[in-house]
Amino acid sequence: MGSIGHVTPQSMHFAQPLELRSGARLRDYSLVYETYGTLNAERSNAVLVCHALNASHHVAGTYEGQPNSEGWWDNLVGPGKPLDTERFFVIGVNNLGSCFGSTGPMHVNPATGRAWGADFPVVTVEDWVDSQARLMDALGIARLAAVLGGSLGGMQALAWALRYPDRLRNCIAVATAPNLSAQNIAFNEVARRAIVTDPDFHGGHFYEHGTLPRRGLRVARMIGHITYLSDDAMEAKFGRELKGDALGYSTQEIEFQIEGYLRHQGDKFSGYFDANTYLLITRALDYFDPALEHGGDLTRACAGARARFQLVSFTTDWRFSPARSREIVKALLDNRLDVSYAEIEAPHGHDAFLLDDARYHAVLRACFDNIAREVSP
Amino acid sequence: MSDRKDMELIAALVPPGSRVLDLGCGSGELLALLRDTRRCSGYGVEIADANVLACVQRGVNVIQLNLEEGLAMFGDQSFDVVLQLDTMQHLRNTERMLRETARVGRVGIVSFPNFAHWPNRLHVLAGRMPVTKVLPYQWYDTPNIRVGTYADFEVLARRDGLRILDAFGIERGEVVRRWPNLLASVAVFKFDRG
Repeated sequence: MGSIGHVTPQSMHFAQPLELRSGARLRDYSLVYETYGTLNAERSNAVLVCHALNASHHVAGTYEGQPNSEGWWDNLVGPGKPLDTERFFVIGVNNLGSCFGSTGPMHVNPATGRAWGADFPVVTVEDWVDSQARLMDALGIARLAAVLGGSLGGMQALAWALRYPDRLRNCIAVATAPNLSAQNIAFNEVARRAIVTDPDFHGGHFYEHGTLPRRGLRVARMIGHITYLSDDAMEAKFGRELKGDALGYSTQEIEFQIEGYLRHQGDKFSGYFDANTYLLITRALDYFDPALEHGGDLTRACAGARARFQLVSFTTDWRFSPARSREIVKALLDNRLDVSYAEIEAPHGHDAFLLDDARYHAVLRACFDNIAREVSP
Repeated sequence: MSDRKDMELIAALVPPGSRVLDLGCGSGELLALLRDTRRCSGYGVEIADANVLACVQRGVNVIQLNLEEGLAMFGDQSFDVVLQLDTMQHLRNTERMLRETARVGRVGIVSFPNFAHWPNRLHVLAGRMPVTKVLPYQWYDTPNIRVGTYADFEVLARRDGLRILDAFGIERGEVVRRWPNLLASVAVFKFDRG
């Protein structure tokens, strides 16, 4: 089992406007994506991987000359890995509104000639999926072997199954939910307030001021990070361990290791992530609720789905808890759809979906083995 | 249901084309058999990671759940047949699960080790708990938290208002219809809500 090696992102421009859920429209846009493996002659072995909050199209492999540029799901995707690039043609695509290449708030708004900034239209999970479907059109893929995603990526996989039932054979949704709970929206709101109240935010037009709302982004990331870990994982990793040898009796210096860790994560994140993108993506999370237009009835929302589903959750994930995955399973069962559900006992909390847990990866490997048999001529 | 012959006898009770829920489905062997030979569809429920994986590998739908938490996920009468094979003896709340089986399925099929099988009676007469092929554990390490007999189940079914559609014992891969409580190591009941 090796890495896929060096990969190169590509970009595709779409001149046809995209009508967004909000009623706004994107006149034209570009999507940045990467592909791994080879599309077979029948064009039946394509798997789309959808990314979560802070990730991108760079799912696997590394960039030439950047040895530490490993993709965010490299432990899952590659030759001989559970999602085997020897058998599948894997596509990672960067979502609209992101800061990693696809059209987003850092790009120029053609209507004004200035950077979009806070004026970038609010995008939803469904808008992303619509734009991804157009990319599939352009790549000549009428029907995907599978759409795979974790967390917010799992929401996209679900939205694919509901919006384009005939365009995917399998929907694999990991550590996800049919919508966010009030508590979850609350965490997002705290993160957003941290950003927009940063004096360097300038109403979202900080690019023009030559500043970055780093303080806000740092705090946003710190809050997020706490919710991605389990209490036990944090206890095991840090406990009450001190940074120095003894207490410093300071209210502002780092006393405990966990403080140093969170500050480090916040610093790192604020160095590469865009504040407007953070606002947009957390909003997309908040808005996702496929049951809403069916009177809150998820079963009815899933009525049109045709895919075979694999859901996975992790026992210590309190941000996207197993109970939320079970709600999806129930709605699929009510519709007599093919579904399997694995509840993995993992200590790591929400982050488990990105980690190389043997039981978790064995389930995904078995799932993709079946799909490979299904799509190979 | 590890024994292939026993499994086939039970599969024969499931009408072709049924929508089946298999509670405690193990590695999904029976569901695969029902799918491949009787055009059945459905789901297994399992708690053990290794069994869940085995089901996924077989391409059998499986839901990882603890049966002790009930079957809230499954609607009333949403399955033609609910199977509960070699599972009942591991559950704390046997009666509730039996009622749930009858709620979720139009027909329920259960199987369990018959404690009244004559070799077991001899063991107990001799003053020891039985250790046999069907009950292979020592009393102190058995996962079977309860034991019951063929005759006991008839009483429980009556108590819960279940109508027994068919009942027999299985011994060495053969159906036992004559004195099953004495002569069969495995008890099988097919029932509905009457």
